[in-house]
Amino acid sequence: MTSSVSGRCPRCGAHLHHRRPNSLMLSWALLIAAAVLYIPANLLPIMKTSTFFDGRSDTILSGVVVLWQEGAWDLALIVFVASVMVPLLKIGVLAGLLLSVQLRARGRRLERARLFRMIERIGHWSMLDIFVVALLVALVNFQSYAQVQAGPGAAAFGGVVILTMLSAMCFDPRLIWDGDSAVPTGPQADE
Amino acid sequence: MNEQDDPLNRLPTPDMAPRSRLLPSLIWLVPLVAAVAGLVLIIQTYAGRGPTITIQFETAEGLEAGKTEVRYKNVVIGRVSTIELSEDRQHVVVSVDLRKDAASVAVEGSRFWVVRPRIDLGGVSGLGTLVSGAFVGVDIGLGDEQTLQFVGLEVPPAVTHDQKGTRYVLTASELGSLNIGSPIYFRSIPVGRIVGFDLDEDGEGITLQAFVDAPYDRYVTSRTRFWNASGIDVNLDANGLELSTQSLVTLVAGGVAFQSLPRRGEPPPPAAADSAFRLYDDQITALAPADNIAMPVRMRFFQSMRGLSKGAVVDFKGVEVGKVTDLELEYDPARKRFAANVSAVIYPERLGRAYAQLREREGGQDPAPEALFQRMIDRGLRAQLRNGNLITGQLYVALDFLPRGQSKQLDRESRPLEIPTEAGSFDQLQAQIADIVTKIDAIPFDDIGGNLRDTLARAEQLMAQINTELAPELQRTLEETRATVAAANRALAAPDAPLQQDMRMMMEQVDRAARSLRNLSDTLQRNPQSLLRGKPDDGEEINDD
Repeated sequence: MTSSVSGRCPRCGAHLHHRRPNSLMLSWALLIAAAVLYIPANLLPIMKTSTFFDGRSDTILSGVVVLWQEGAWDLALIVFVASVMVPLLKIGVLAGLLLSVQLRARGRRLERARLFRMIERIGHWSMLDIFVVALLVALVNFQSYAQVQAGPGAAAFGGVVILTMLSAMCFDPRLIWDGDSAVPTGPQADE
Repeated sequence: MNEQDDPLNRLPTPDMAPRSRLLPSLIWLVPLVAAVAGLVLIIQTYAGRGPTITIQFETAEGLEAGKTEVRYKNVVIGRVSTIELSEDRQHVVVSVDLRKDAASVAVEGSRFWVVRPRIDLGGVSGLGTLVSGAFVGVDIGLGDEQTLQFVGLEVPPAVTHDQKGTRYVLTASELGSLNIGSPIYFRSIPVGRIVGFDLDEDGEGITLQAFVDAPYDRYVTSRTRFWNASGIDVNLDANGLELSTQSLVTLVAGGVAFQSLPRRGEPPPPAAADSAFRLYDDQITALAPADNIAMPVRMRFFQSMRGLSKGAVVDFKGVEVGKVTDLELEYDPARKRFAANVSAVIYPERLGRAYAQLREREGGQDPAPEALFQRMIDRGLRAQLRNGNLITGQLYVALDFLPRGQSKQLDRESRPLEIPTEAGSFDQLQAQIADIVTKIDAIPFDDIGGNLRDTLARAEQLMAQINTELAPELQRTLEETRATVAAANRALAAPDAPLQQDMRMMMEQVDRAARSLRNLSDTLQRNPQSLLRGKPDDGEEINDD
């Protein structure tokens, strides 16, 4: 079964494939899209707060800075890790994995497979920020007294998180093991 | 591994079909769309940003980087991004990110100030900033050239560019209680305010910038006079006490009022912007007729100048025609006396109609005022120091025709014109009083007193004599008189008094006489001829009589 033909189960009609078709290309495309969106996500404000006294708009980083300055360093750390570190880590790790597969690297296959499983798991936590914004927008709405609005950065950030998750989904971890005759290609590599 | 047992071999063969090559390539649209979306988001955000300007303030009080807004007509047009100290550490430099649509704010002439709560005599402003925090106010300039550096105002400008009206320049010698923001009144309506003042270069006066709102600025013409309307005007005259003030605000904050002089014919066109006007001290001087002709005069007095000051009034028959400009003491070697040289300026036009008539008498010519006054001097015009106020001893110079004014030989051609003087009325009075006092002094009050005392002593003696000698005598006389009266009483009033008897007899006789008279009248009535011919019987008797 080559990648140029698609197989179909005669009984249930499910797509069958030896390796996920076009896995690398899809993964790359989504990852690049995520990386592109990561720029506006960090530059644009994700939340606009307007109260009776003043109004302010915060980007992710400025929110972290404000939290840190006000002494809530633990919260600042959580937000920083969840909203800045994790997406960045995910994009970086995915890019590394894709590159290693493309270059048919042979070393540290087990570590790479573990790394992939890890980022797939922590990827959801990046949505934390989006959830906070969504909750605040819904809860804090007292017309002219206090209002919270989602900024354009929130949309971009949501896009980053979703695209990285999709990218990770498209990546076929079996590709890590390809090209090594020592390890048999078979079910044990299937996740 | 057995081929039969291998579950893989028992699987049905999947249907194989050629894979579509098109679909997977479509995935590249995703990063493309993401890139476009990201770009659009960024452009949307950053395209809304206008220029960044810097404003220099004395203090950053109330300003907060990233928070303080810049507002024009209370519309947010920018935000303070950073606040830094200037290099010389004298000011703070505030950077403001303007919004794209407010880029026109960054032009020459724009003014920025911090709006804080402010309480001054004119009122309270910026109360809203108590809760919202300070913001930066803007007055957009009229220039076209873009500038990014501004020096902020420490106090809000009294007039912003979008206010319609006209600016004027007022010159005054003192600021008085005026200040920036002091109101300007036209017929007691507040129509403008003072927007600035400067000391003149030479320090001799001040220049005020006044702003009169439209449409009231059309009442400011070339004939308009401005005056300082600060405080209370107390006027005590024959009509009683008059107290006037423009408004309560002027009492504390000062104010300026203006009004046009009465005009004849067409109203003059409104004055151009930045026209200069003099700021008079009060309404009366402001609205007084113009003193176009000023004639300096000189007077020489040989009496004390106490009470005469610069600015004292020169009065002609009750009309203020001028004022004293200078006082100088000098020694007159000819008369070996000290003399006070008083310089004054006379505005002949203040004589009004009289001046016009005087000029008419000159036969069409337009003589110099000096010539006219010389003529008046020839007819006896003299200057006199008179007392304007007996309590304070203020003097004024009175010009008057004095009957006794002997013609003094003065240089007719000397300029400034010298007006001969006469001792003041008060001085004359003083001399007369002194005269009287001397005469009174000459009266021998001691002798008069002595004589009077003697006279009184004698009078007392006389009285004692009367008391001791005359009184008992008098009493006796009175008693005798009383006895006489009693006797007379008895003789007259008693019923048997002979006088009464006599009286009764007399009455009876009168009665009888009356009866016979009646008979006579009856007879005469019946026979009137009996008067001539007598009684028929015994008429001869009558006729014979």
